[in-house]
Amino acid sequence: MRRFRMALLAAFGAATIATSASGETTLLNVSYDPTRELYRQFNEAFAEHWQEKTGKTVTIRMSHGGSGSQARSVIDGLEADVVTLALEADINAIAEATGKIPADWRGRLANNSAPYTSTIVFLVRQGNPKNVQDWDDLARDDVQVITPNPNTSGGARWNFLAAWAWAQKQFAGDEEKIRAYVGSLYRNVPVLDTGARGSTTTFVQRGIGDVLLSWENEAFLALEELGPEQFEIVVPSVSILAEPPVALVEGNAERKGTTAVAQAYLEFLYTRPGQTLAARHYYRPFKPELADPADLERFPDLELVTIDDFGGWVEAQPHFFGDGGVFDQIYKPASRS
Amino acid sequence: MAVETMTLFTSPVSPPRRLRSATSEAPEIKVVLTTIALLFVAIFLLLPLAAVFVEAFRGGIAAYLSAITEPDALTAIRLTLTVAAIAVFCNLVFGVAAAWAIAKFEFKGKSLLTTLIDLPFSVSPVISGLVYVLLFGAQGYLGPWLGERGVQIVFAIPGIVLATIFVTFPFVARELIPLMQEQGTAEEEAALSLGANGWQTFVFVTLPNVKWALLYGVLLCNARAMGEFGAVAVISGKIRGVTNTMPLHVEILYNEYAFSAAFAVASLLALLSLVTLAVKTFLEWRFADGIAVGRSH
Repeated sequence: MRRFRMALLAAFGAATIATSASGETTLLNVSYDPTRELYRQFNEAFAEHWQEKTGKTVTIRMSHGGSGSQARSVIDGLEADVVTLALEADINAIAEATGKIPADWRGRLANNSAPYTSTIVFLVRQGNPKNVQDWDDLARDDVQVITPNPNTSGGARWNFLAAWAWAQKQFAGDEEKIRAYVGSLYRNVPVLDTGARGSTTTFVQRGIGDVLLSWENEAFLALEELGPEQFEIVVPSVSILAEPPVALVEGNAERKGTTAVAQAYLEFLYTRPGQTLAARHYYRPFKPELADPADLERFPDLELVTIDDFGGWVEAQPHFFGDGGVFDQIYKPASRS
Repeated sequence: MAVETMTLFTSPVSPPRRLRSATSEAPEIKVVLTTIALLFVAIFLLLPLAAVFVEAFRGGIAAYLSAITEPDALTAIRLTLTVAAIAVFCNLVFGVAAAWAIAKFEFKGKSLLTTLIDLPFSVSPVISGLVYVLLFGAQGYLGPWLGERGVQIVFAIPGIVLATIFVTFPFVARELIPLMQEQGTAEEEAALSLGANGWQTFVFVTLPNVKWALLYGVLLCNARAMGEFGAVAVISGKIRGVTNTMPLHVEILYNEYAFSAAFAVASLLALLSLVTLAVKTFLEWRFADGIAVGRSH
């Protein structure tokens, strides 16, 4: 019994030491759902680059989940050195709640701290059996739409705004008609998952729904992983330019003494290897000239509105997704029916 | 269970045929009931279990082995076993202490304590995880104070251990309390009157009387500790290779389209539970008498 207890104590002690006092530098990148494949390769590339440049080893740890819930975890104390989330509003939330990120973080890196962008497209089943061509088809009674919950998922908020942008154009800004359209779209949603990857799984593996509103990169990845004979991508007439931003969590990095390497990590996203990897994983690179032209050819041309058309996230976030905001007003009747 | 009851009530002394007792049924009804029970077990238990193993080996043995020996998977396995060991040990100590206090002594607040022990059963695991985030998180009541002193609880191993202990809290105590209550205090009193001190009484009288129930509780506690998902998911932060337990790792792999790998790790988890079950069954068979006394609630 005593020996067992000693072994337990030793195991516990070893586990604590291993996580706290290892010799090499460890970075924690807290990210959103669809970036898993991108950062797995990017982390390897950066570790190699850092080794060559400084002779030091760096290990990068990842945590993935819905963008909103990941931000919540960082606020609650998850010790991220860098956050690479789905939208500005989530990083703003961390900045406001903890002060660990400076308020002007967007200006610290190029292109408003968005090294890559993406957009929202439709993923449909092979042959497009419901003949979904554009946003108006999503409000049809016979179409089931899969999209995550805007309260927890960043991608879901882009989805919502993309639909709104199309309706705004279609109904020439008539707010009542826009709301009616977006409302009937969300009445067609049978499951609201918490994150983009959860929605993809619902659509792809569980076979629920006719259309998945998806990040462009996530849709391409589903095609690549599961075969183009099962799904196809439909590009709507209008979509939104989604800018997933990155930021240094200064408060955490300073305390851990990782500021320099964490900053270099983020800047590496803007270099040739970073931009090439982004394009390879179906993100639209900020500097296309640094990426592989063959990768760039895969991106369709479409009309993109930006978040600035909604007054930026500072206005759009509380207006559409705050407590009792437009989404809550629209979605409540949907859950009753 | 059904089989057990039937043999209990029908086989030992079957009454004369004309005096058919209420519990002996016509043979065809027995067959129907047994078939239903077996079908139910096959469809809801065996089929999914078989599916896990079939999927796990879909990519071949080499793929299976590489999925469970890959560094992140190894960390997850190690973490799960460590957490389960600590949680079981803590709940063993607590369970014995609580059961002893409740069964052998009278004190104020006893019924409250008995009720509180059951609390983790009635609370959703997600809430169990969240309360620790509320308590020890950076925005929580104790988190900032601990943070200043460099103690990290949530999104680290201590948090996972805490959440697991909370969820598996009742198992040992719930097994022991009814048995100890039934055994009463006569033997302890005899031991004390013969000059044994409290500790000796506990080690040589009380403990041997409850050892099978204790083992049973520990096994159940262990099975649940290894498999806990909800509470741990909230508090782990899901850092790969650091705070990912086996159940979380399965979910991550599944979400990354790595289906065979996900099922490989899942099969390992299932195997651990099966081993636990096998040990339990073996003990029941080997020490049937001792356990029959113990399991009478």
